[in-house]
Parts: sequence; C-alpha cells; structure tokens
Amino acid sequence: MNEDSLQHPKLERQPMEPRALKSIILSTITIVCAVTACIPLFSVLIMLLYRGGKRLTFQLFYTLPPGAFDAPGVGGFGHAILGTAFMVGIAGLISVPFGILAAIYLAELGPHHKVSEIARFCAKTMTGLPSIIAGVFAYAMVVLLMGHYSAWAGGIALSLLMIPTVMLTAEEAIKMVPNPMREAAYGMGCTPTQSLIKIILPVAMPSIITGVVLAVARAAGETAPLLFTALFSESWLAPNNPTASLAVLIYNWSSSPYQNLIELAWAASLILVVLVFFLNIISRAVGGKTKL
Amino acid sequence: MADNKFLDNVAGRTLSKPPTPGDIFFDKSFRFLTRTFTWATIFLLAFIVYKIGGHALTALPELGFKFLFTSDWNSSQNIYGILPQIWGTLYSSFLALILGGFFGITIAIFITQDFLPYQIEIILKNIIELLAAIPSVVYGLWGIYVLVPLIRPFANFLHEYLGWIPFFSTRLSGLGLLPAALVLSIMILPTIAAVSQDALKAIPHKTKEAAFGMGTTRWEAILRVMVPTASGGIFGALVLGFGRALGETMALAMLVGSMSTITLSVLSPADTIAALLANTFPEADAGLETSALMYAACVLLLITLIVNIAGAVIVAKTTPGGNKK
Repeated sequence: MNEDSLQHPKLERQPMEPRALKSIILSTITIVCAVTACIPLFSVLIMLLYRGGKRLTFQLFYTLPPGAFDAPGVGGFGHAILGTAFMVGIAGLISVPFGILAAIYLAELGPHHKVSEIARFCAKTMTGLPSIIAGVFAYAMVVLLMGHYSAWAGGIALSLLMIPTVMLTAEEAIKMVPNPMREAAYGMGCTPTQSLIKIILPVAMPSIITGVVLAVARAAGETAPLLFTALFSESWLAPNNPTASLAVLIYNWSSSPYQNLIELAWAASLILVVLVFFLNIISRAVGGKTKL
Repeated sequence: MADNKFLDNVAGRTLSKPPTPGDIFFDKSFRFLTRTFTWATIFLLAFIVYKIGGHALTALPELGFKFLFTSDWNSSQNIYGILPQIWGTLYSSFLALILGGFFGITIAIFITQDFLPYQIEIILKNIIELLAAIPSVVYGLWGIYVLVPLIRPFANFLHEYLGWIPFFSTRLSGLGLLPAALVLSIMILPTIAAVSQDALKAIPHKTKEAAFGMGTTRWEAILRVMVPTASGGIFGALVLGFGRALGETMALAMLVGSMSTITLSVLSPADTIAALLANTFPEADAGLETSALMYAACVLLLITLIVNIAGAVIVAKTTPGGNKK
C-alpha cells in the first residue's frame, strides 16, 4: 500500500488535509478582517451623505451660524469655510518655501552633510509630533506674544504640521530626477542654482505638488492646533481676532444641545471630507501614479 | 574648410557659456538660503521643545514631580496632577494598538502575499489610505452619533454577563474608553498597514519561492518565513502606530468622556493628556493652570518623541535598504 502511494501520489488538491484546511481557515479570517476594516470608511461616508446631505444647500456657504432661537434649517457656516481657507493659505505660504528650500539642500546641495542628516532626522521626528503640541507651541509663541487669539496663530500652528511633510516629499521628488539631466546642465556651464531652477525643479515639480497638496489636505482637517490658537467665532473673518474653522466648528457643535447645530456639524463634516478626498485625488492625478 | 565651418556653426548655436559674476553671486546666495532653512528645521524642533519645556519649567518648582503621580485637577485650589491622564493615554493607545495592529498586519499580509488580483489590491490599498485621510474630528462626530449607540447594547451585555472580569466592571453610559479605542484603532490601522507592507515587500522574492519549494502551504510560508523575516519592520510599524495613538487628540477628546479616573474597565470614561489639553486649554487661567498644561504637554511631547524615534530607528535598522549609507 505504502509502495503504491509513493508511486501514485495524490496530485489533486486535498482541501480536507489538516495543513490545507488550516490554510483555508486563515485565508477566510484574513478576508473577513480586510472587509471589516473597510466597513468604517463606508459607514462614515454613508452617514455623512445621509445626515450631512440633508442640510447641504447653497445657503451654508454664505450665511453665518444660526442663533439658539432661530428656526431649524436656518443658518450656515460661510465664515468657517473662509477661515479654514485663510489659515491653510497662511500655513501654505510659510511651509511651502520653507519645506522646498530645505529639501533642495537635503537632496541636492549637501545631502551627506552632518546638518542634513540631523535636519532629516528632525523632520521625520516632527511628522510624528502630536498635532496638539503644534497648538501649544503656537499658543506659547504667538498668542501669548500678541495677547489675543488670531487667525495668524492658527496658520502658524498648521504650518508646523505641513513643513515636515512638504520637506520630506520634496526631498524624495528631487532625488528621483535622473542624474544625466544634472550632468547635462553642469556640462552647459550652469551653476548649481541654475541647474536647479531651470532643470531639476521643473522635472520634480509634479511630485513636489503631490506632497504639498497632501499636506494641505491634512492641514485642512486638523482641529487640535486651532483649538486654542484661532479659537472660534460666530462672525466673518477678521485675521486679528478669533477665527472660525470647519474643523473646530464640527468639534464645538458636535456636543451642542441644538439639533440645528448638530445638523450643521454633519454638513460641515461632509464638506470637509469631500474637500479632503478631492485634494487626495488631485495629488494622485498630479503625481501620475499611486504612491506607496 | 568645410569641417571648420561646421564647428563654427556649432559654437555659434550652442547655449553653453560660463556663469557671469551675477550668476555666481545668485548661486552663492541661493545656496546660503537653502542651508539657512535646513538649519531652521533643526532650530524649529529644538525651539518647540525649548518653548514648551521652558513654560513647563516655570511650573516645576510649584508642582514638582508629584504632578505626575497625583490625580486631582482643581484650578480654584491650584492643585494639579495628571496620573489618570497618563494612564488613560497609555491604556487607550495600548487597546487601539492590539486591535489596529491585528487588523493592520492582517491587511498588510492580505495585500502583499498575492491573495488578490492586482486591480483589487490597488482598490483595497486606496480604501485603507482614505481611512487615514478622514479628519479625526469627523471620526469623533461619527463615533458620538453612530458608533456609541451601535456598541452600547453589546457593551452592556458584556457587563451584565462578564462583569466579574475587571475589563467589563462598569456600564457603558455613553462615552468611554471602548468607543475611543475603537476609533483610535481605525486611525492607526493605515499607518501600521503601510509600514508593514513595506517590510513585507522588501523581502526578496526568492525567500518565498524557497519556502514554496520546500512544500509549504501558503500560510506556512507566511507565518514561518515571511512574517518572521519582516518582523523587525512590523514591530517598527507597531511602535509608530502606538506613537500616533498617543498623540491623537480630537477623537479622544470627543469620545473618551474626560473623567479623571484610573480604571481597567474599558467601558468606563477616562481621560488622556491630549484630551485634557484640548478640553482645558481654551478656558485655562493665564497663571499656574496654563503652566501646568504646558507641563502636561511637555510630558506628552517627551513620551511621543521617545516612541517615535524608537519606531523610526527600528524601521530603518531592520528594513533592507533602509539603512544604506
């Protein structure tokens, strides 16, 4: 018998054999896990569309928040959309030049310097910095100095979170530029700066923009750095005063006793998520391929 | 003659020329500028630590180290202690790590080990990445109005029948550690999945072929060859995920219930350092309370810095190609 099984082994798949069975069970568990992990995303999206979509009107974009005794269905948060745009804009204006200039040095001008190694390490460390720490820092730096909450402080807090992302992605982008292009530029008598500005940066630009857009998307959704730097307000944007933002609005109104405000918080979430997803899609389209 | 003319023509048409003094000056100043910003990055991090540490130091003489080991927060009597917050931060992050780690690593295996056709693999990967893109405050809102009502009957069932286990010793009255840890695990899952994927992908294909050649089943190859080989990177992924969970603010501030208790029960409300900062800072007194909060921020900063640096070092050391000079 043994002889026979050696000469004619069972070559077909044996699903009930213990080892194969174990493999099948583990595969099933894995599939269940993967599907389960997708549920939160779809649950969030469906709830946003269902609860936020009910309140989605054009009125939201140009009106101020309702008072406590206003009729349900009245009011909007145009000021918060404007506030978010303004503060993310400031953060971008600070972090994009900062990040790209530092990245140029890291990738091109002095990649193996001691300074670069330390700066790269610092940037990596800063990506893991809790966002609320950026808020505490901006509070200590700007709010205490100016004596009041302001959109500027909020923008500076957000820029702290954007700088490392912009810097590290830009560094990778510049490193990806093929070497012969540099050599050709130098061969034509370019100074390093000329080769950077005329050859390397334009080639690396799509990837750099990807990084910037992703950083903007992240900053637009950040709440913690704005809580005690920009605070919140119920009136239109005034950069020297407390300023509303979509994220803080959602936080403040989520625990509100008024149904109207809770509905508006859902609508604000919907707008915020659509904005963030839109930015993510743009970054992928510009980057040309899916990033790891 | 003809040759000469040809050369002349080339010389006349070429764009190459030596840099003018203006170009050289511009080059020098531009290089200086980039170096300045590189230094600025280092100073920025140092300045953040210095500024927050400096404010914390002003509170140190009055609050001392017992700040870390006492549990009262009373601004009218100027008594401050953050032991429950430290406990809550570590405990909630640990719970999230168990759940998020399990799912994250499983998904990393699922994506990298040829279970799926390429297109579906990409879709799944994008879904996981989008999980990370949703702002935490939106997760908080979702947690309050969707997740809490959903898990409450289940949690109270656990308390009813398994209440003798310390983890279920209280009722879930609404907000609490369990919903907070669940949302937290969703938020750290993409980080863990992405870093583990990189670790698994870095294994040379031959390793797996060798395992299959020995006659292993798919899962024997994964569990005995692939995962142990990538274990360093996966461990680094877990540490980085833990670091993210420690610093996460909004989802916790909205879901954890903000109660200064030290408890093992996952159904009880608790508090974390980040949530304490988010909830207390806007209304804090300018005097000692703000300094105490800065002290708490400093503690959080130190914990996350240590965890994140450890994670980055582990990933760099263990991923092949990650430590190339």
